[in-house]
Amino acid sequence: MLARLAGARRRVRAVDPRPTAQPAGGWAVVTVDRPPNEVLPGGRWPEPLRRLGRAVQVDVWPAPADRGTELAARIRPGTTLPGLAAHVAGDHPDRVVRAALRQAKQLAETGEVLRADRSPIDRGPAG
Amino acid sequence: MRALCWANAGQVAVRQVPDPELRNGHDAIVRVRLSATCGGDLPLLAGLAPHLADGDILGHEFLGEVVAVGPQVSRHRVGDRVVVSSTVACGSCWQCRSGAPWCCDNGNLAPEASELAYGHPVPGAFGRPTAAGGFAGGHAEYVRVPYADVGAYGIPDAVSDERALFAADAAPAGWLAAELGGVQPGAVVAVWGAGAVGQLTARAASLLGADRVIIMDPQVDRLRMARRHTDAETVDPRHTDILAELRERTGGRGPDICVEAVGPAWDGRPRSLTERFTGAAERPPAVREAVHACRKGGTVVVLGEFTGHVDAFPLGAVGAKGLRVRGARQHGAGQVPTLLERMARDELRTEYLATHRLPLEEGARGYALFRDRRDGCVRTVFSPELPSAE
Repeated sequence: MLARLAGARRRVRAVDPRPTAQPAGGWAVVTVDRPPNEVLPGGRWPEPLRRLGRAVQVDVWPAPADRGTELAARIRPGTTLPGLAAHVAGDHPDRVVRAALRQAKQLAETGEVLRADRSPIDRGPAG
Repeated sequence: MRALCWANAGQVAVRQVPDPELRNGHDAIVRVRLSATCGGDLPLLAGLAPHLADGDILGHEFLGEVVAVGPQVSRHRVGDRVVVSSTVACGSCWQCRSGAPWCCDNGNLAPEASELAYGHPVPGAFGRPTAAGGFAGGHAEYVRVPYADVGAYGIPDAVSDERALFAADAAPAGWLAAELGGVQPGAVVAVWGAGAVGQLTARAASLLGADRVIIMDPQVDRLRMARRHTDAETVDPRHTDILAELRERTGGRGPDICVEAVGPAWDGRPRSLTERFTGAAERPPAVREAVHACRKGGTVVVLGEFTGHVDAFPLGAVGAKGLRVRGARQHGAGQVPTLLERMARDELRTEYLATHRLPLEEGARGYALFRDRRDGCVRTVFSPELPSAE
């Protein structure tokens, strides 16, 4: 179904069991240099977004001029991100969504998420 | 392993740090043979970069030998001699595939910092603050190289380490400036700054067929070096009205392409934490001159590494003269293989730029020589293999 949408400049709802409201702001968006059927293989959300579960809404639509797919997500109004309670003084929910979108983009484009070096504390004494 | 790290208060120090690890399938680990100082490091040393932290490893221009590769690396094997592009790019995003790897979307570990500073995330680089998405640098015994198939390049046997080293950053930066400026046969090119990048910009312009290349620097020994190695005419701004001189040498038109390869004027005073985060404005005297000197409809290329805002930029001249202003951080993709071929054919010689060679342990002295341009220093090159004098 997604392949049929290629070239259409309209918003397409990803496979999501809940009804999606029309965008009304608050969306974070990345452009992924891959066609929609690779960004959402089988209509499934990419793993970094799946982790956020039903707390977010996800949309995709083709990007103009052969630039791939615009992938959008936002926090569903009135919901809490999974595990967010653990981040008492930590990540803002919008940052969590943006990070998940970036990771989804990296995964689709490069096959993996770029990982930082482990900190010396995590690694123990220097060799 | 040993690594040259930034320490608070603008000092550098060799420290014992953990060896790098393969963290991604596209990673390689390189044992460093040579690394070079660069003008882009000086704002870091001065404390102008807000995110630089005590212990961040410096150095973005290096080469060495591959000692480990991740399972996704296909172009390199253990034992390969490689030079590594200073900017990290994935090779797979739209920007990379469109020929602009310096705008890569995926080469940054902490994109929020550059989003805040520049409006969009920009690629990380080796030897840049890790808190701003940079990667541990090359002034060390070993370096982790992400996306190694994209950023590391095998060195032809005919090219020495000392020559290939500058294919990591200075040579591609100069080549990129000439390309962005649109240098063609017959062009007149003016270059501000006769450091390594300025001289290699001049050489690139000559190789691309420029009719005249004029390079400016207040350092007499650098001008002498530029005359000997780049075919450029030289101008000492201490004794000349640069704008009048350039008008005279270009039939009153002004140069077609003006390249700024100087960077911000820095008074040598380390910046406080407040100044680093509030973005105290820098002064761009060379950019101002370049804009005023450039012919109507010409191109100004800004290569200097400005970390934030500048004051007194002559925006009126940009509009009134219909100038094109280009900026870029080089990434070697698309340039380094060609440059290495030119090096192998002896068309491009760079080893003369390495005026001083020191062990890592003399990092502080090497950077002081480079910063103060003492003893004819153009670039200090560090070798972890050289024994320390201590």
